[in-house]
Amino acid sequence: MEYFVQQLVNGLTLGSIYGLIAIGYTMVYGIIGMVNFAHGDIFMLGGFAALIVYLVLVGLFGGIPIALALFIMILVAMLMTGLWNWVIEKMAYRPLRGSFRLAPLITAIGMSIALSNFIQVTQGPRNKPIPPLVSSVYNVFGISISLKQIIIVVVTAVLLTIFWYIVNHTPLGRAQRATEQDRKMAALLGIDVDKTISITFIMGAALAAVAGTMYLMYYGVIVFTDGFTPGVKAFTAAVLGGIGSLPGAVLGGLMIGLIESLWSAYFTIDYKDVATFSILAIVLIFKPSGILGRPEVEKV
Amino acid sequence: MANITNTPESAGSNLMARALREAFYAGLVALGLFVLFVGLKTDQNILNELVLVQRWGLLAVFVAIAAVGRFLSVAFIRPYLAERKASKASAGVKEPGFVTRNFSMIAVAILLVYPPIMVAIFGFQGSLKWVDNFGIQILIYVMLAWGLNIVVGLAGLLDLGYVAFYAVGAYSYALLSSYFGLSFWVLLPMAGIFAALWGMILGFPVLRLKGDYLAIVTLAFGEIIRLVLINWTAVTKGTFGISGIAKASVFGIWSFDVSSPNNFAKVFGLPMSSAYYKIFLFYLILALCLLTAFVTIRLRRMPIGRAWEALREDEIACRSLGINTVTTKLTAFATGAMFGGFAGSFFAVRQGFVSPESFVFLESAIILAIVVLGGMGSLIGIAVAATLMIGGTELLREMEFLKHIFGPDFTPELYRMLIFGLAMIIVMVWKPRGFVGSREPTAFLRERKSVSGSFTKEGHG
Repeated sequence: MEYFVQQLVNGLTLGSIYGLIAIGYTMVYGIIGMVNFAHGDIFMLGGFAALIVYLVLVGLFGGIPIALALFIMILVAMLMTGLWNWVIEKMAYRPLRGSFRLAPLITAIGMSIALSNFIQVTQGPRNKPIPPLVSSVYNVFGISISLKQIIIVVVTAVLLTIFWYIVNHTPLGRAQRATEQDRKMAALLGIDVDKTISITFIMGAALAAVAGTMYLMYYGVIVFTDGFTPGVKAFTAAVLGGIGSLPGAVLGGLMIGLIESLWSAYFTIDYKDVATFSILAIVLIFKPSGILGRPEVEKV
Repeated sequence: MANITNTPESAGSNLMARALREAFYAGLVALGLFVLFVGLKTDQNILNELVLVQRWGLLAVFVAIAAVGRFLSVAFIRPYLAERKASKASAGVKEPGFVTRNFSMIAVAILLVYPPIMVAIFGFQGSLKWVDNFGIQILIYVMLAWGLNIVVGLAGLLDLGYVAFYAVGAYSYALLSSYFGLSFWVLLPMAGIFAALWGMILGFPVLRLKGDYLAIVTLAFGEIIRLVLINWTAVTKGTFGISGIAKASVFGIWSFDVSSPNNFAKVFGLPMSSAYYKIFLFYLILALCLLTAFVTIRLRRMPIGRAWEALREDEIACRSLGINTVTTKLTAFATGAMFGGFAGSFFAVRQGFVSPESFVFLESAIILAIVVLGGMGSLIGIAVAATLMIGGTELLREMEFLKHIFGPDFTPELYRMLIFGLAMIIVMVWKPRGFVGSREPTAFLRERKSVSGSFTKEGHG
């Protein structure tokens, strides 16, 4: 039983990271109907930004408190990846808006290749390990919960609350939902559609940056290829939850995290990704638009 | 245009002022983008700790390039393009010339004489690089892209895991030839059949899925195949891969093994060289490509091909007309997968070595990119795209002279995939419908009218 709960805790942590990335996928998909394949690499970029900021901080002020350092890392990483995603959307995706469906997907794949190779060229191809930032571990009823797991889950929960509030209760969120429902009508009603889409990209990137920082803190290492696997898992999470649905993305992320850690615990770690992808396929066979996705009504 | 009172001079100075302003912003944005990633580099010191190396000079170069590029673009390139567009709109439509009309014939003729010409220019050893790295490499991608074109371009089903079938073909050949010693000519069709079978296996669960759901499941399928290849070490030897795969022979008549009595060079009394085998492989893959093209062209005129295209344009209309969408989708997956399998077994024969490394998602992405960049459904466009993208990145391997410009530490190969990714973006933004964008209807009443791009929606799966 304790073993099981322990795995639940691990899965929850992993799932939080996936959920944060998945929101970026699902929001962009919701608003312009495109799969932003480069999102996983935005996440990796966020991790790298946090890493470099950490090294700068340690270099400038040796004994900086870890909490402050983490806060600055998250903040700078959010700004940085927000700027990147803003520029990417403007240069690579906006000219193709209204073009046929596969065109933005191909530029996004190209962007993904370009971003990961950009980091490889500028930062080198090797693993980037850092000393553990947070190392305390608590023992609750025989289950060991590390402080980093608590931080990840709490930060995710706080961000999701803020995010949920923005989307549901602010003028910006209303503009986003309107653009999502009908772009042309939203534009006619005086919503700056381009700006709204830009902000959506920036918001998604900021969440991915937080996920990247958390990933760096949790595993203590990052490498330029790290965008791909978490990116695909998060995309899987978004689709599993029903792409376009925010609670779906979080639910999907948590599910993927749990499946992964439980499968590795009880079966074999080698086939954990096979299990994840197979469960995705099985769920989609029975619910073709994901768990929380609305079935698409086709008008003829 | 908006302000008529503007004299040309003041318009010019306005333009310059705007260009300068935009250049300043571009520089600022570039500074923000690159300050962490270019300005600072994480390096390991002797203690294996990460330390930062400062590169402010390089950062300045990046920022300057962004600013100057933006300035030139706003001040000169955009007005020039606008002018050219205006003058082009007034000009009439040109008749296609001789080369354009007979492009495919000329291309095939050139390909047929390509190896002898290369041998004549570079000699047997020197031609190896050109026949193998360029010829065979590009033709493999042409064949893969034509195979995927059946699924994506004709049937409109977005497949992000096409490389799985390539892997199935390669491993079928590698495993069956090393365990049972079967020859290439027996295994080539078998590899195709196996891959087609896997295409059906993938096809069944995804029949109800659409668009991005279909995309992610095919991607997942590709990853599953790769992960199984990595982890099922008892059969596939995992990441070590299978090496020492038998070479192909000329229909069992002449062999290319040095020790065998009917060695090609020995039979004809030629000097020993590995070039014969490469040239043979070149013609083999060329034949396979032509087979793919032939089958695709013929299928498009058959009921099943028409059904694929109908499915791509509108699934509901398709079903209303009584077309069985289940068999239509399954045949598309199976046919596309079969050609992937052929290409895979050819790949195994050419490399003599297969490992899961060769079948990563990036390969699927490259193949899909070639199909889309070529203009979906157009065989010639796809071949041109494959030549440009694959040949272009292969050329980067040859850019030794760049070392003299940027110093001996400069390795052009490192930038290969970076440039490939950027090229994908630039080509797509420049020509969103691919190199050969206009699709002509295959079925028509009385006369062939071109379909306006905006009327058709493609790739909606």
